[in-house]
Amino acid sequence: MRRTPLILSLVAISAVAACGSKSDTKPDAGSGGPITVKASDTACEVAKNQLDAGTHVFAIANKGSKVTEFYVYAEGDRVMGEVENITPGLSRELRVELPAGTYQTACKPGMVGNGIRNALTVSGSAAALSQDAALAQAVTSYTSYVVSQSEALVQKTGDFVTAVKAGDLAKAKQLYPVARTYYERIEPVAESFGDLDPKIDGREDGATAELPFTGFHKLEKDLWVTKDVSKDGAIADQLLADVKDLVAKAKAEKLTPLQLANGAKELLDEVATSKITGEEERYSHTDLWDFAANVDGSQAAVAALRPTLQQRNPELVKQIDTAFTNVDNELAKYRDGDGWKLQNQLNQEQLKGLSDVINALAEPISKIAGVIAQK
Amino acid sequence: MSENTVSRRRAIGFAGAGVAGVLGATAVGASFFADKSEKSSAPAISDAVAFHGATQAGIVTPAQDRLHFVAFDVLTKDRAELVQMLKDWTAAAARMTAGQDAGPVGATAGILEAPPDDTGEAIGLPPSGLTLTIGFGPTLFRDASGKDRFGLAARKPAALADLPPFPGDALDPAISGGDICVQACANDPQVAVHAIRNLARIGMGVVSVRWSQLGFGRTSSTSTSQATPRNLFGFKDGTANLKAEEADLLKQHLWVQPGDGPDWMAGGSYAVTRKIRMMIETWDRTSLGEQETIIGRTKGEGAALGQAKEFDEIDLVSKNGAGDPLIPVDAHVRLAHPDTNSGAHLLRRGYNFVDGSDGLGRLNAGLFFIAYQRDPRTHFVPIQTSLARHDAMNEYTRHVSSALWACPPGVSGPDDFWGRALFA
Repeated sequence: MRRTPLILSLVAISAVAACGSKSDTKPDAGSGGPITVKASDTACEVAKNQLDAGTHVFAIANKGSKVTEFYVYAEGDRVMGEVENITPGLSRELRVELPAGTYQTACKPGMVGNGIRNALTVSGSAAALSQDAALAQAVTSYTSYVVSQSEALVQKTGDFVTAVKAGDLAKAKQLYPVARTYYERIEPVAESFGDLDPKIDGREDGATAELPFTGFHKLEKDLWVTKDVSKDGAIADQLLADVKDLVAKAKAEKLTPLQLANGAKELLDEVATSKITGEEERYSHTDLWDFAANVDGSQAAVAALRPTLQQRNPELVKQIDTAFTNVDNELAKYRDGDGWKLQNQLNQEQLKGLSDVINALAEPISKIAGVIAQK
Repeated sequence: MSENTVSRRRAIGFAGAGVAGVLGATAVGASFFADKSEKSSAPAISDAVAFHGATQAGIVTPAQDRLHFVAFDVLTKDRAELVQMLKDWTAAAARMTAGQDAGPVGATAGILEAPPDDTGEAIGLPPSGLTLTIGFGPTLFRDASGKDRFGLAARKPAALADLPPFPGDALDPAISGGDICVQACANDPQVAVHAIRNLARIGMGVVSVRWSQLGFGRTSSTSTSQATPRNLFGFKDGTANLKAEEADLLKQHLWVQPGDGPDWMAGGSYAVTRKIRMMIETWDRTSLGEQETIIGRTKGEGAALGQAKEFDEIDLVSKNGAGDPLIPVDAHVRLAHPDTNSGAHLLRRGYNFVDGSDGLGRLNAGLFFIAYQRDPRTHFVPIQTSLARHDAMNEYTRHVSSALWACPPGVSGPDDFWGRALFA
């Protein structure tokens, strides 16, 4: 019992140190200061494509006209680090620790799609992680994903709420599926907080006297069906407050590797039961946005677990990779500009096609928890 | 194949004892009504039917009471992946027909973090005569655009030619055709559904369910040990059916013989499945006399018109006092009879279905017709062509789905698998 607090405080100190140095530009390792990234609507110029193992800082300047994001991916699109919401003209920094290996950097103008990719090679010595360390790393990696999505969720929900309160129906309808994307990506985590999920994401048929119909879907109904949000100011404010509350809790949440595995599966179950059927977004029919977001979230959880899976069951990893590719290709048929076609624009055969690829993906993903659980 | 597989087995002794009495009653009933009674060593309806054999079980096996039939589309483009799934299916089928869990770990013995390799709803249930019979559809060999999907096109039997359109067909493509079918028959509906559900689960991602059909009462006898059941028109069905005991006829009309086509089908049979909706309400308003004239048999005994007993020889030649044929020219039994069809016999194995009601206050009900034969071109096609044109029963039926399947010979043993010879 004596030792535990000591270890905890050590962790706390290093965490503070890491946070503190985030805004300082001095990297611990590597050389020559931050690596500049010039991001535009069509290019992603990264100053270096060879690095020494260690911690590096990328300085991303958005010279384009669209909001962008910057990612460093390991194999299988495992997120090593990311910055979201870099508005035009703004510069942001990303600090990331990179062991030796091959990586890809990506700018995502418009914050959609695969982004503009560049290869990045990191060389030098870095000890291979032990099994437990690999799982701990998985949790750290996925937690940082949850944090980044949460921050974007607060910001995008804020934009949406502002439009609703201003009575700007057209703008609010445009922002609605975007804000929901960030919620849907981290839904299993979001759902774990008691009555916050029903308040934020509840549907009309699930409402009770204690938990009336509020949140995203109430505003969705008023935007698309009632076409009147003049009385929704309080609901909009409450939504933003609830989202902020949720984000604070999500950031503090201590996840386990098994939760990651189950979350990856639950997200696909969400797709199968409420997105393909059009149940989730019954007024706006923007279900394919949620579909894509659920798949993104599932992929992020799987990517975090990838080193462990690769070691324990490489065949399963191959199956999952193929199945994710098939989902991406099937979904890509329904791209519409920066967004997606409406669920009710797809015919039964097209929905069956989506259902088939999701089932094909969910089957191998349902095996991950068993693989993670075995020692 | 270890302890837990015994757990489902162990319950069988008790359940089996319970149903034996029911079987006894059925057998007595059969000998009372039918004058051919060969119920000598009939197995209990809870027993297992052997999975391995020269021919597939579920064809001449005495027809069980319940059906779950499923048609799959193959999703994968990878031949090796498809073959692996067929191997996995075969292993699961051998286990489930023996009354065991679908997978080696079982429904409840695995680790808590992983989904079980059996879904569990058959825990404690006996094998219940479960048979699983596989068939391959024309589209497995070539897709609609003519593409050879898995390098099998050269092995497609000529007998697996698409069925021609028949007059009056009202087919729904969504519940017709398919690349692979599995017919699950059992004496307990839960056992049949469990089997199909687990095969669909195992095949997830490699195949996708295209359509499936539940049937709740057999409408044919495939053995002389069975009493003739009734279809939803209320008539005995399958009196003149091809039966397991008729070895010469089976060879001539049911089993594909060496030299008939590609070697992989020798010992197999072709299945035609048709979902036939019955216009129940209008039939029920039809007089007894007209019903009997339409079918060509009496409703009570099931005797051919002009005869006394169900199994009395049908007389297609003699006329009644008024100079009309005893069996009208448009009666169903006449048009379906082998003597009217160059001697062609079908082995019918259909099931009654009721899929709820249709929103217009009518039962959505009828017959899920299944017929096995050596060659559909000489058997089902000419018979159905004649029936579709002339059968007086057509006023009360609609064919809403259709499919054709090449069902290979049996799985010889643990090293063999469904489709081995086809994919060799």
